[in-house]
Amino acid sequence: MSDTPVEEMSFEAAMRELEQVVGQLERGDVELEKSITLYERGAALKARCEAKLKEAEEKVAAITLDGNGTPAGLTPVEGM
Amino acid sequence: MSDLIDDPREGENAPEFSVTELSGAIKRMIEGEFSHVRIKGEIGRVSFPRSGHIYLDLKDDRSVIAGVMWKGVAARVSTRPEEGMEVVATGRLTTFPGQSKYQLVIEDLKPAGVGALMAMLEKRKAMLQAEGLFAQELKKPLPYLPEIIGVVTSPSGAVIRDILHRLRDRFPRKVLLWPVAVQGEQCAKQVANAIDGFNQMTPGGSMPRPDLIIVARGGGSIEDLWGFNEEVVARAAAKSDIPLISAVGHETDTTLIDFVSDKRAPTPTAAAEIAVPVRLELLAWIEEQGARLTRGLEQGLRQRDQRLRDVARALPRAENLLQTPRQRLDAASDALPRALQAGVQTRRVVLFEKSGSLRASSLTRLIETRRQALGRRSDRLTPVGLQRDITRRREKVADLSRRLADAGTRQVQTLKDRLTGLDRMRETLSYTATLDRGYAVVRGDGAVVKSTEAARQANALEIQFADGRLTVGQDGTPTPPPPVAPKSTPKPAAKPKPKKPASPEQGSLF
Repeated sequence: MSDTPVEEMSFEAAMRELEQVVGQLERGDVELEKSITLYERGAALKARCEAKLKEAEEKVAAITLDGNGTPAGLTPVEGM
Repeated sequence: MSDLIDDPREGENAPEFSVTELSGAIKRMIEGEFSHVRIKGEIGRVSFPRSGHIYLDLKDDRSVIAGVMWKGVAARVSTRPEEGMEVVATGRLTTFPGQSKYQLVIEDLKPAGVGALMAMLEKRKAMLQAEGLFAQELKKPLPYLPEIIGVVTSPSGAVIRDILHRLRDRFPRKVLLWPVAVQGEQCAKQVANAIDGFNQMTPGGSMPRPDLIIVARGGGSIEDLWGFNEEVVARAAAKSDIPLISAVGHETDTTLIDFVSDKRAPTPTAAAEIAVPVRLELLAWIEEQGARLTRGLEQGLRQRDQRLRDVARALPRAENLLQTPRQRLDAASDALPRALQAGVQTRRVVLFEKSGSLRASSLTRLIETRRQALGRRSDRLTPVGLQRDITRRREKVADLSRRLADAGTRQVQTLKDRLTGLDRMRETLSYTATLDRGYAVVRGDGAVVKSTEAARQANALEIQFADGRLTVGQDGTPTPPPPVAPKSTPKPAAKPKPKKPASPEQGSLF
């Protein structure tokens, strides 16, 4: 169980830890007190993963370039 | 006629040219005849002076033509001339009359066919590989779920559409499209610029920095894809801090960028698949994990509950557990006073046995015995023996001293006797005895007179007789004898001279 707050974890890190937590709980070799803490941590990790999955939002923008080829702005791209 | 000077012969009508006229004529002819030519050959020496023009030689196995590419053309031409490259040059011939030279002014330069291109590509590849740009250690891991994906490709065309479709199917993301030409002279420069541009963006800015770049292009001929083989593109991709997926052409096409990218996708669609996981699968996975989490906890509780029951069942009743010890306690507490009494009794008997023999009379008897023994020993310790010994020694000393005195007396007596004997013998042997028989001794001036001569010379003669001495002078008158010394043997008085000569004859008398 890492000490990183769940809210700051990347999706991948949260996913990896959730997997570990589930594995530990399923093996049943942790103390009762700890298994409850683990469960709570697992629930938080799951919520974090779900939140990251909900952020699935498509947004496409094209970069507009000036005469020198440096980016000047963004134009939304629609209908592709 | 002299050969030294030109002297046109009769009938000759060949015109004379000045050098400039001839040079001008040649220039006009060459530039007119070869105003547009295509030459295939191998590039020989190439030089890139600071002016921006490029000077190069085109050669085959027998001939060489000098060539020049003016600055403007050099910037436009996509093929950078390299020594040994097989090329087709397009241009016109021109002369340089000042030096009697001619050269090709190149207006376009292209590799001579696919073989030449591939050879060039291999050369570049070897060079970049030697620099370590393809090293596996430089490959960065791709983010599992990128927030923003930067796509470098043409804004029109199927490629961006394919990528967006596939992203939408799997996991809709924010996409930043950097439009570039995907073929032609500008392609390489724009692609390299796009990769650098994405890397220069700041995370979270108005143009947020992507955390993954896809460089994509659809299929095409090798010439079409050539931009992605350019060194500048490869270097930009290798330098990129943002992980980069290359997806250029079809699966069978491999371009230089594929060697330096962090991941090569066979197609643009495949690049989108590599870029993001499938959201629905992840959701399902998350659900499953959640279910397993709950199940795991429940199961843990259930197992503990079951185990608790089992153990509780196996636990014996408290009364049963205590019965045996309690019995033992009872028995022990019963036995305790008895054991104490018995113990005291045993010790009392022992004490009695011991104290029986412990009486004062026995001690007194013991003292008496010792005292007698002491008395016996002290009796023997008297001075009688010692005194007896001293007396004995004293007697022995007295005896010895007596014997010593006796021995001394006896010794003196013996010596005295011997002396007396010897003296008697001396008397017997002495001449004085002879005197008794009538002999006399005559002395003159103290010495014995043995001859008449001696007697005559002597002042006075002394004659010793047996009863004393008589002195007679030269005249023959006797002088009264001196008083006789109180000696046992008186000196015989001097005798008359005639008697004296008889002395020597005395020897014969014996």
